[in-house]
Amino acid sequence: MAAQISPDSVWVLGAHMTRFARYPDRDLIDLASESALGALADGEVTVDDIDVLACGALFQASGAVGQRLQKQIGQTGVPVYNVANACATGATAIRTVMMAIRAGEAEIGLAVGAEQMGKMGLLGGAATKKEKKVFEPSGRYGAVTGVDGYLGTETMPGVFAQAGTAYAHDHDGVGFEQFARVAYKNHLHSTLNPLAQYQKEFSMDEIMESPMMSYPNTLLMCCPTGDGAAALVLVSGERLASMPSHVRKRAVKVSASVLTSDPFTEDCQVQPDVNTLTRNAANQAYETAGVGPEDLNLVELHDCFATAELIHYDNLSLCEPGGAGEFIDSGGPFRDGTTPVNVSGGLISKGHPIGATGVANVYEVTAHLRGEAGDRQVTGATVGLAHVIGLASACGVHILEKAAA
Amino acid sequence: MASARVPLVDYLRLEPEPHLVAHECRHCGARFFDRRNACARCGRSDFAPAGVDGAGELQAFSIVHRAAPGIPVPFVSAIVKTDDGTWVRSNVVNCDPTPEAVKLGMRVRLTTYPVGTDDDGTEAVAFGYEPT
Repeated sequence: MAAQISPDSVWVLGAHMTRFARYPDRDLIDLASESALGALADGEVTVDDIDVLACGALFQASGAVGQRLQKQIGQTGVPVYNVANACATGATAIRTVMMAIRAGEAEIGLAVGAEQMGKMGLLGGAATKKEKKVFEPSGRYGAVTGVDGYLGTETMPGVFAQAGTAYAHDHDGVGFEQFARVAYKNHLHSTLNPLAQYQKEFSMDEIMESPMMSYPNTLLMCCPTGDGAAALVLVSGERLASMPSHVRKRAVKVSASVLTSDPFTEDCQVQPDVNTLTRNAANQAYETAGVGPEDLNLVELHDCFATAELIHYDNLSLCEPGGAGEFIDSGGPFRDGTTPVNVSGGLISKGHPIGATGVANVYEVTAHLRGEAGDRQVTGATVGLAHVIGLASACGVHILEKAAA
Repeated sequence: MASARVPLVDYLRLEPEPHLVAHECRHCGARFFDRRNACARCGRSDFAPAGVDGAGELQAFSIVHRAAPGIPVPFVSAIVKTDDGTWVRSNVVNCDPTPEAVKLGMRVRLTTYPVGTDDDGTEAVAFGYEPT
């Protein structure tokens, strides 16, 4: 399967990501600039060709990161959209550029995701405020003091652990070992990716015996915090068709770009429902792209925790309904399996600088479809899917296809 | 002065017996525990208080070993579906915080326990679910 260039299609023209790591000596704009300039060079365009810029950096969402980036790489006066959408921030930046191109307001746009987290540690569990001297109800639940730890957990490893055990409640063949195997796979995959924050293989025993964060998620089943950036140059099909053939050949078609939020479900207000909106996004994306899960040569999905990856096999229809445990046990998502998942090492090993993640997974799929993924290349890849989810929730799914020769 | 007791959250009622009270949408029946502006399912804004069944089943859990400073660990964070179909987030209490003791699908019931006292001697009472 290889895509033709129709005028109303949108394509990845240039792509770049920094290695995800910790960069104490660089700032967010350094990282964003490296990726933005890298993507422009990769697409053989300059900042003067860019009609629109969308920039996502979650923890500096109010800091005009897009404009500060322009002040380093080129103040051309084009519209800038600073976006924030939890862990789907990067995907939202891509979609913002997509919409501008589809609306006819831009021919070429730049989407940048960047984050500098340093060693933030555990996310989601706010430190308890100093105990009030007098118990008085406040807030929407009329709470007299902090409820985290008393009425369940608000930490990310715990919340996603519950999403995993909820799946285990409803389906057979899913337990601690299946979740651990997801982490085993992604750590193994990361050893081939020089852009990954960690590139080290761990045994199943090492993973299962590493410090318990929130059962069943051990430390080695959780993504790290970190720093990094990624950027894409997107172009309309109409404009791409006028570009030189060597540029067209490396272009990758965005066959679907979908963003969803979570529709009401009975349990969604007491636990984040990461499933329904992912299923909705995937189904919309498959229908829009005219491809099915069986057509995918690789998938980069949001493995913030091992428990999350497992349930997304089912949410993205990569396995039989209810069959996520069997899918990992059979080796399906390993790089030599039926549908390689997270050959980059995933968030667990590649890292998760939040704003960059949703752009970096499209970068990864793009690299494989171009045949430029080096040692980790999935041979002959022509179709891939990139998925992110941010709690609250927001889910982004992009399906990409290799250009016709 | 006799020491007073207050619920940790306003949807926990301590009298006559401890129980939860939800805001139930008069139009579609969706239940919520927080102060509402309108219904997230149907968009209407008429609610009535609805008592929640104290018995239910454990739908999901995590045994939390790392939490923010000041929060005692380990504890069992839980999602419970009560017998009247209401979803509740809380802890499993009176149960070893081990994978061997906490079983998906196990029957649980509401219970309460003290979580602290303020400078006036008022005690805050939380709810949890214990195995039955």
